[in-house]
Amino acid sequence: MTNEKIPNPSSPFASHESATSTSSSTGATPRMVNADNQGRPAIVVHDLQKVYHVGQTRVPALRGISLEVSQGEFVAVRGPSGSGKSTFMNIIGCLDRPTQGSYWLVGKEVSRMSNWELARVRNRLIGFVFQGFNLLNRASALSNVELPMIYGGLTSEMRKLRARQALSLVGLGSRMDHLPSQLSGGQQQRVAIARALVNSPSLLLADEPTGNLDSRTSVEIMDLLQSLNQRGLTIILVTHEPDIAEYTTRQILFHDGKLVRDEPVSNPRDAQAECAVLATRNSDEDF
Amino acid sequence: MSTLNSSATGTSVPGSSSHNQDMLTPLRGKDFDRAGKLGTNFSVAVEALWVNRLRSLLTTLGIFIGVASVVSMVSLVQGFGANITDTIASLGTNMIIIAPGAGNNVSNTGLTSSGQISVSSRVTSALPSSETTLSLTPGDAQAVKKVADVAAVSPVISAEAQVVYGNQNWNTHIKGVDTSLEQIQNWTIAQGTWFSTSDEQGARSVVVLGQTVAQNLFAASGQDPIGKTIRVRDQLFRVEGVLATKGGASATDDVIFAPFPTVLYRIKNNGYVDQILVQVDDASNIDAVQNDITALLKQRHHINRGSLDDFNLTSSQQLLQTFDQIITLATALYVSIASISLTVGGVGIMNIMIVSVTERTREIGIRLSLGAQRQDILNQFLIEAVTLSLLGGLIGLLLGLLIGFGLTTRLGIPLVITPFSIILPFVMSAGIGVLFGFYPAARAARLDPIEALRSL
Repeated sequence: MTNEKIPNPSSPFASHESATSTSSSTGATPRMVNADNQGRPAIVVHDLQKVYHVGQTRVPALRGISLEVSQGEFVAVRGPSGSGKSTFMNIIGCLDRPTQGSYWLVGKEVSRMSNWELARVRNRLIGFVFQGFNLLNRASALSNVELPMIYGGLTSEMRKLRARQALSLVGLGSRMDHLPSQLSGGQQQRVAIARALVNSPSLLLADEPTGNLDSRTSVEIMDLLQSLNQRGLTIILVTHEPDIAEYTTRQILFHDGKLVRDEPVSNPRDAQAECAVLATRNSDEDF
Repeated sequence: MSTLNSSATGTSVPGSSSHNQDMLTPLRGKDFDRAGKLGTNFSVAVEALWVNRLRSLLTTLGIFIGVASVVSMVSLVQGFGANITDTIASLGTNMIIIAPGAGNNVSNTGLTSSGQISVSSRVTSALPSSETTLSLTPGDAQAVKKVADVAAVSPVISAEAQVVYGNQNWNTHIKGVDTSLEQIQNWTIAQGTWFSTSDEQGARSVVVLGQTVAQNLFAASGQDPIGKTIRVRDQLFRVEGVLATKGGASATDDVIFAPFPTVLYRIKNNGYVDQILVQVDDASNIDAVQNDITALLKQRHHINRGSLDDFNLTSSQQLLQTFDQIITLATALYVSIASISLTVGGVGIMNIMIVSVTERTREIGIRLSLGAQRQDILNQFLIEAVTLSLLGGLIGLLLGLLIGFGLTTRLGIPLVITPFSIILPFVMSAGIGVLFGFYPAARAARLDPIEALRSL
């Protein structure tokens, strides 16, 4: 076990230490995420509420959500539209603030942070993957992946190195200089995933990551996400597709701004195995 | 069990257990905040402008027209100024002009007693053809010769005269002067000689021609003017010499000189002189000499305290100062006018930047979601605006210099380029960029990431 650092309130990122691979025995997969706050949950949310004011009307989007997510979990957040799951994701992703309640991310109370601090959290602790990929269309895959590191103030050499590593990791080593328009949907989403990983975040948030992809590519992306999760990355994924949720290890159901169900997935599907099957069927298709 | 790739071809081989050669090592706190973002912001700005090349160019139009016009006009004004300065200098250095008439009595600093800069009267008193009052006498000229630190003095009588040679005639001015005038006004003889003191004493009918007159009388026939006899009014004069051109204004060369007594007896004798030209031995003594001469002439003319002098003094220094002030005024005027055009250009920049921000709302949302601070977004767009305006400024500067060069060469005046005239356009363009780019950049920075991501 690493020495557990007492979080220093004055510098929120003081405990951003490197991982000495604690759980590595000879056969285990090395961890890719920061091992700070070992044993501390990734997310603690207590009585989270969010009210929107539309003109004169009060719209309560979240009515008191409390839950915990441990490090290394792969959580699916489901629910019909209007259930509050998007609002929940926005708050978890530090893009929005709750009206009431608290949100602790790897031991830091995020719900009270200033805009400036929230931006830093978004940069260093969270990685986003969107349904529409949200890549910069005029920049190459490499430049896109470098973007979070630019805002993190990493040196140019480090940025280039890590961007290449990240792209190789997701299987796009040969397409680093391609523009998004020159990549398929699946490839673009891989670039987005590489971009999300590049600052070694503690949490990956994926909002309908397979929404714009065909079924086969969707499986490949889920395969990639499962691999990342197996290396210790905490992933929260929003989806309205029940199939996709089956690849995760825990499902949370929202309804009308409340948490109505929270249960583990007993037999998550193995995306890697399914990919292998698909590969033998249509071997001419390039992913 | 990982399918994360590590093979060279970039395709994942299902089922292989990778050995993680390309692992992403976790980052440490100290890895962050090491590099500045200025360079990146700049390249992002340039890239964004390049993508919309035509639009960017048209936007810079307002700026570069403003800068080009200010640079070319200012160089023109400065060139004229230099030209006039040269002309004044060519009329004689360290010179004091004593003219009749009250004009404006000049104090040491070159301002009138009431403290105003009065140009016209000083100018007319410097031009010898005005014969407003009669108050200066040949005796005055003699007296002035005795003042301390005076190097040379010449009285001047001038009259308009038609000169004729053969079938060529020309209207010019004849001036009766001492031989000292050659030195006082730095005339150079091109051909022949100036008249001598014995010519002066003997009041001989000899004359020295300025270039313009020599050209107009003798160029047609191609004859050598020296020794020829020309008619001045109804008098015959022999040409002793021809003067080299003075450069500067061509009117300076349109003159003929004859010995003072000759002109007095033969052309114009009213007992008075039109001007007295004084050369002071050293520039530092000009003020003192001016005071001395003023005192002397007041005494000679019996002017009591409190009444106006019937003469006035102008030094070539004062003339230069006055014109310097005019040039500065004209320059300031042009710069102000150009500022109006630059303001219009700035509004154009602001307009396009607002459009640019709106177009790239989604991009801004992406950047914010990845951890860009609002300051980063502000900087990005501000740099884009400043790059745009500086580009316009640069093009305008080059164009303005080109036009200025063309105009000044055409008009035969010098091209004056000072560090000020180069730096000012840059500073102004940058200022315009910051001023008018700020509002769109602030708008961009204030976008809500969630809203921004939702837009197309």
